[in-house]
Amino acid sequence: MSIFIDRNTRLVVQGITGREGAFHTRQMLEYGTGVVAGVTPGKGGQQFESRVPIFNTVADAVRATQANCSVIYVPPMAAAGAIFEAADAGVPLIVCITEGIPVMHMSRVMPFVRSRGARLIGPNCPGLITPGQSKVGIIPGNICAPGRVGLVSRSGTLTYEVVNHLTRSDIGQSTCVGIGGDPIIGTDFIDCLRAFQDDPGTDAIVVIGEIGGTDEQNAAAFVKEKVTKPVVGFIAGQTAPKGRRMGHAGAIISGSSGTAEEKLAAFKAAGISIMRRPADVVELLRKRM
Amino acid sequence: MNLHEYQARALLKTAGIPMPDGDVASTPTEAESIARRLGGTVVIKAQVHAGGRGKAGGVKLARNPGEALDHAAEILGMSIKGLEVHKVLVVPAADIASESYLGLIMDRESQKPVFMVSSAGGIDIEEVAAKTPEKILRLPVDPTYGLLPHQALTLAFALYRDFNQVKAAARIMEQLYTVFTSNGCSLAEINPLVTTPAGQVLALDAKVVIDDNELFWRPDLGLLRDDTAEEPSEAAARRANLSFIKLEGNVGCVVNGAGLAMATMDLVKYYGGEPANFLDIGGSSNPEKVVSALKIITSDPNVKAILFNIFGGITRTDDVANGIVAATRQFKVKVPIVIRLTGTNEAEAIKILEAVGMRALSDMDQAVEQVVRLAREAA
Repeated sequence: MSIFIDRNTRLVVQGITGREGAFHTRQMLEYGTGVVAGVTPGKGGQQFESRVPIFNTVADAVRATQANCSVIYVPPMAAAGAIFEAADAGVPLIVCITEGIPVMHMSRVMPFVRSRGARLIGPNCPGLITPGQSKVGIIPGNICAPGRVGLVSRSGTLTYEVVNHLTRSDIGQSTCVGIGGDPIIGTDFIDCLRAFQDDPGTDAIVVIGEIGGTDEQNAAAFVKEKVTKPVVGFIAGQTAPKGRRMGHAGAIISGSSGTAEEKLAAFKAAGISIMRRPADVVELLRKRM
Repeated sequence: MNLHEYQARALLKTAGIPMPDGDVASTPTEAESIARRLGGTVVIKAQVHAGGRGKAGGVKLARNPGEALDHAAEILGMSIKGLEVHKVLVVPAADIASESYLGLIMDRESQKPVFMVSSAGGIDIEEVAAKTPEKILRLPVDPTYGLLPHQALTLAFALYRDFNQVKAAARIMEQLYTVFTSNGCSLAEINPLVTTPAGQVLALDAKVVIDDNELFWRPDLGLLRDDTAEEPSEAAARRANLSFIKLEGNVGCVVNGAGLAMATMDLVKYYGGEPANFLDIGGSSNPEKVVSALKIITSDPNVKAILFNIFGGITRTDDVANGIVAATRQFKVKVPIVIRLTGTNEAEAIKILEAVGMRALSDMDQAVEQVVRLAREAA
C-alpha cells in the first residue's frame, strides 16, 4: 500500500519535450511509472521516444488516455498556467516540480485548484515515489526500497540523504513525498500525515521540516491529536541566521517565529522522536517500531 | 529583494499614496539643497537595509539647510550593522497627531495577501503582534477579487473615527494593495501612517520587499537592487547564480540543495565546528558553478577548511568533481578540502578525483567530522 500514487497511476507529463521534462520522463519510464501521455502545445500527434503520445493540451491527453495524475516540468513563467490547465482538465493529482514561481501566482492558483477538487503537490518540490510501483518527479529511484515507512519532507537532497540511510539499513518506504520549499504549497505536512495514518501499508512516519513558517508546528499539533503511528522528525536550519532566506523561498526566520527551536519544541511536545542528525533516523525508527 | 525607503516611497507615490515631499541625496551638498528647497525642519534618514537606524544615529533632525549639510556629512559613510551608508533621504519633519501601522504581507498559512492594521503604530509591530495581538486587525484578501470596497472601509474604521480620515485611509488601503500586486511584493508596509493636526492622512515611512521570483519577468524592478548594500561575497554569488549567505565560522560549505545545505551547517555545529557560510549550488550540474563557489569561499580569510557535500540526483557528481579539479588548476586553494559525494555517477567522480590525488568520502557524518577537525587544527 501507499499514498497518492501506485502502480495504477496514469501519468501525463506537462513539458515532456523540454530538457528537464524529457530527461526525467526517461527516468520515470525506466522506473516503471505508467507514463501514458505528454503535453507540449504545438507538438500534438508526435510521439516521445516512440512510445508516449504527445498532445497539445492536458484536456486532450486526459480524454485520450484517462490520465489521473500530471507532473509539471515547465519553466517558471508558464508553470502557474500549467497548474490551472491540469486542474481545469479534471486531473485529480498535480505535481509541480518547477522552482521559481512567484508567490502571487500561487495565491491565485490555489483557490482554483481547490474549486476543481484537485490535489497539488509542490511547487518547487522533488515529487513523490512509491518504491517499486511508481515515481512522479525527480527523486532518484535507486536510493529507495519498498517497505512500510512513510516519509514527508520540505526539501529534495536532504530527503535523499535520509532515504539513503533507511534503504541501506533495510528499512523500506511505503511512499516518500517532497512537498516543496515555497511559502505557498498545495499539500502540507498534515495532508500527508493524515494519508499515512490512514494507509494500512504504513507503520511509521518520518517528517523532515526546516525553518520558516508554522507548518511543522501545525503538523506537531495534528500528530498529537490524530496520529497513532510512531513519528520521527528532523528540522534543518538550526544554525540559520534570522531574516535571511536560506535558499528555499519559504526557509526564512522572521522575527522570533519560524525558528528551529520553536519547531523542535512543538515536535517534542507531540511525542515526535527528534533526529539530531540525518543518520539518527534508523536508530529512532528501530526504537519506535 | 529589499528596497530602500526612498525606492519604496517612489512606488507608493506612483500609486497616489499621499506622502510628504522628499528626495534622496548621495552627498552632503545635495542634502543641503534638498533641505533648502523643502524649507523648514527636515529629517535626514540613512538608506540601509538594517533595522534600528534611529538608535544607530542614522536618523537626524535638521532645523535648517546648514544642519542638513552637517548631519548628512555625519551619516553618509557611517556604518550601520556593518553596512555603509551611501545615500540619505531628506524629508520634511511632519507634525503628527496620531500614528498607525499599515502592512500587507503574503501570508503562507491563508495563502493570501493579508492586511494588518493597528492604531498602535510607529513602533515594532512584531512586538505588538506577540504581546497584544488583539490590537491588530488582520484581513485576508482573496486575490481573485482584490480588495473589496467594504474591506478597505473596515480596515480604515479600525484606525479612525473621523469619516473624512476613514475615507482617506480606505483609499490608501486600495492604493497599497495595487502597489503590492502590481510589483509582486511579499511585503508592503507603511509605518507610521500618520494624521496631521490639520487632519490629513499621510504615509511617513515605507518598506517594500519584492518576491525574488518576480524579478525574472520584472527586470525593471531588478534594476532597483543596490549591490553596494550587500555583503560583496553575496553579491558575487548572486551573479554566479549561487544561493549564498556569509556566516561567521571557519568551515566553508559547498552543498547541493537548500535543505541539505542547512542540515550540513547544523552537522558542522553538532561536531563542534562553526559554518562559514550557507551555499547551495542548485540542482543543475555545472562545473563552472563549482569554480565560482570555491572562489567565493576561499576569498573569506576566516575559512580554514572546506567541505563539499553532494548528494547526486539531478546533480551529477562527476560534474562537481570536474569543477573541483578545474578550480584547483585555476587558482591555489590554500586550505584543506574534504569531499563527500554519493549518488549519480559516483564511480566516475571518484576516478576523476583520484586521478589528481584527491579522495572522496561517501558518508556525510564522517566528512563533517573530518572537516571540523581540520579547521580546528588550522585555526
